[in-house]
Formats: sequence, structure tokens, C-alpha cells
Amino acid sequence: MSEMASPSPGKEQVAAKLTPKVRTEGGVPNTSGKETPVRFNISGLNVFYGTKQAVFDLHLKIPVNKVTALIGPSGCGKSTFLRTLNRMNETIRNARFEGAILLDDQDITKMDVVGLRRRVGMVFQRPNPFPKSIYENVAYGLRINGYKGRLSELVEQSLRRAALWDEVKDYLHKSALALSGGQQQRLCIARALAVDPEVLLLDEPCSALDPVTTAKIEELMFQLRDSCTMAIVTHNMQQAARASDYTAFMLDGKLIEHNETSRLFTTPSDPRTEAYITGRFG
Amino acid sequence: MERHWEHDLEELKQRLLWMGSLAERAVHQAVHAVLDAEEPLAEAVLNEEDAINEIQIEIDERVQRLLALQAPMAADLRFLLAVSRINGDLERIGDQAVNIAQSAMRVMRHPQVKPYVDLPRMSELAEGMVRDSLNALVRGDQDLAQSVMQRDDQVDRLRDQLFRELLTYMMENSAVVFAAFELILVAKNLERIGDHATNIAEDVIYFVAGRDVRHPALDRR
Repeated sequence: MSEMASPSPGKEQVAAKLTPKVRTEGGVPNTSGKETPVRFNISGLNVFYGTKQAVFDLHLKIPVNKVTALIGPSGCGKSTFLRTLNRMNETIRNARFEGAILLDDQDITKMDVVGLRRRVGMVFQRPNPFPKSIYENVAYGLRINGYKGRLSELVEQSLRRAALWDEVKDYLHKSALALSGGQQQRLCIARALAVDPEVLLLDEPCSALDPVTTAKIEELMFQLRDSCTMAIVTHNMQQAARASDYTAFMLDGKLIEHNETSRLFTTPSDPRTEAYITGRFG
Repeated sequence: MERHWEHDLEELKQRLLWMGSLAERAVHQAVHAVLDAEEPLAEAVLNEEDAINEIQIEIDERVQRLLALQAPMAADLRFLLAVSRINGDLERIGDQAVNIAQSAMRVMRHPQVKPYVDLPRMSELAEGMVRDSLNALVRGDQDLAQSVMQRDDQVDRLRDQLFRELLTYMMENSAVVFAAFELILVAKNLERIGDHATNIAEDVIYFVAGRDVRHPALDRR
């Protein structure tokens, strides 16, 4: 048999094609080749409840106008980390953190905490509307922030952004507590959006909701991502896979892996990530 | 922690390998039906076609069920996607074997055109590629999969060589045209078997390493 005149792809050429093309411009991993601006830059974060350490030396960059999911087994520090981003942990006695958390290059510990929480809103696991009307729930934040403009317009805009307007527009003065769980959660999102936050933190926002309502919330997140940076803690891996652009996996208080969601769920780099997302533990 | 559907994954792999062994055997029998003018071998290939097709459907149903019910991720997801593609390639290998068997039954009614030299070489190469691509799947062996991909050009070259040679025979003697043409078809079928084995090897690399190595000429930036 004669030797090949035009050889088939040699081992080196094929091996070259096996090299991943993940870039890390700005420290946020991506395969697009474009620089990814960063909203939160967290470095060397350690969080404590008294003497008990809950988060260990965490470094993470949360990109602008993307959804970042935080996954990991119960007790791994995801919610603790999330609550640190708008200093909600300060409401817990003995909670403290060390390390740097920069929001648009500003140290959050040097900001007015009320101003910080206006910029970084939060939605909790259980819907927690105020015992007021639907209208007042949304208007309240605007009023206490000194908003003097056309309140009703902003209320409507916020309810529209939360995909709730059509369902409640004829009942704005009805008590928020009379709404269904899914509607209450969307009202809480509208309330957070009313003050035009740059970031929305969502701590298992759908865990108390049915699948149909969950799908609505996820669709809402999809629509909001162009105007709002989001970080979501979820125990539902399929939700993280569906609804996020980036995913960070935490274990025992440490960040194990952070990557584009599509990469992390198809070719995770760390065997612990692989074991968790394939259900071998957790 | 052992997952309750680990057994389903293993069973799926075993069914795929069984299908692979049927396809390999079909190719071997079909080619030897040509080389040795053995009609029973050709008939065996034709009789076994349905068995391969039935397993293809069964494997697709198993994959669909696992995708729907288990929401697999990472290596499990890649495995199921690879199995689904390999399933299709093995079924096509079975079809190519049937085509060869049908050519065998036609060609054995005519005097042999020439001593068979390149055809056995081609068949050995193609069968080896099928066997090694399946071994690569069993062992998760990227290097073995790569070696299969590198052999595809050899098969293509043999096909071209055979075509050129048979063309000269046809030009010299019109009495051999029918038989020579069938041999050209057999060579074409073997070349396609090599292509399918290459596809299987590419899917093995995707499953093991998560890299898509199809179409190396494309820039994936």
C-alpha cells in the first residue's frame, strides 16, 4: 500500500482542535471573544456567623446584565454569600465579613446601606408583600426614596415589567395579601424594580411556587436581563440551566467552579461539579 | 452515591454494543460473500437486517426516555447524545452491508473480473475502524478514537484506486462492465462504512472529552 500523498489530519492537528477556546477577559469566563463588563467584583470574601465561618476566600466577578445562578448542596453558603452583596447579613447578629466587595468599583462597606439596597434589590424565598394594597406595595419604595414624579405611571411600569399588570390593573387597591403565591412573588419583584435597581438578588424565588408560576418568573427574568444584573440562588439545577447565563457552584463555603452555564452543565471542569450536577451527591 | 438509573445507562451501552457487533458481522459476511462468492453469507446478511433496525428503534426509545425523565447533565447528557448519533451510524453501516450483500449476489453470477487485492484490504480497514470505534466507546479511549479518524483517508484512497483500476478493465473488455460496476459499488459502500466509523469515533471524543471535533476546518472561535 502506498504512503498517503495528502495525509489525513495528523495527531497534532486533531489534538489542536481538542483545545478549548474559553477566554477570560475581565475574569468572567466566556467563549464569545467579547469583553464582559463586571457589576460585582468580589475578592477574598470570608463570611462569619460569630466564630463559625460560612464562606471561605471567595473570588467571583458577576457580569453586567446577565443572570448568574448559584448552585450547591444545602448549607454550602450560597444564600449567605448572596445576602452579603447588599449587606442583608448585617440584620443577623454576629454576622460579619472580610474581603472586598466592589459594586461598579465602589466598596459596598463605604456606601450608605439604604442607598446600596436601593441599587441592589432582593426577592426572597417566600413572597413577602406588605399588608397594603397592590398599588401601595409598589409605590412605598418610591415614596420613601423621595420620588416626586408621576407615581401611578411608575407603578404601572413596574407592574408591567414584572408581568403582573394585566392581572391586577383593575384591582390595584385590593390587598396584596389576597393575591396568589405566584402573583405575590411577582408583586415583590415589581416592588424591587420600582426603585430601578441595577442588581436584583433572588434567593430561591420559585421554591414555594408551582411549575406554571415558576415558568412565568423565569420568563420574567429572561425579559429583565437586558436592563438588570441578576444573581439567583436555586436548588433546582434545571432552573439554573434554563434561566441563567453563568453558574457558580459552591461546596462547603467555597467556590468550586464558575463558568458559562452552557459549559458548566455540559463539560464541567471540576469532578466535584460533575458529581453534583449528575446527582451523584447532594 | 449510586443513582437508580445507572443500570439503565449500562443497559443502553450494552444494547448499543450488541447492535455494533451485529453491524460488524454483517459487513464481514457481506464482503466475504463477494470475495468467496458465498450466497449463504449474503442471505444471512439480508435476513439480519431487520434485527439491526429493530435495535435502532429500541435504542432511540431508551434514549428518549432517559432524556425526558432524568434530565441528564454533563457526561450523562453527552453520552446519550453520542449514543443517539452512533445508533444512526450503526444502522447505516447495516444498510451498507445489505447493499454489499445484494451486489455479491449479482456479481457471483459473472466470472471474476480480477483477483481481489484491494477489496480485502479495504474491507479489513473498514471493519477494523468499526471495531476500534466501538472499542474506543467501551474504554473511553480518545487516542483509539483519533486513530480511527486518521485511517479514513486510507479507505478513501483505496476506493479511488479501485475505481481507476476497474475503469481500465471496463474499457478493455465490455463483457466485464456489469461485474466491475458492482465491485465499484461495493468499494463505495465500504468507503461509506469508513465514514460512519469515523463519525462514531468523533462522537466518542465528544462523549469522553466534551469536544466537537467534526469539521476540523471550521474556526470555532
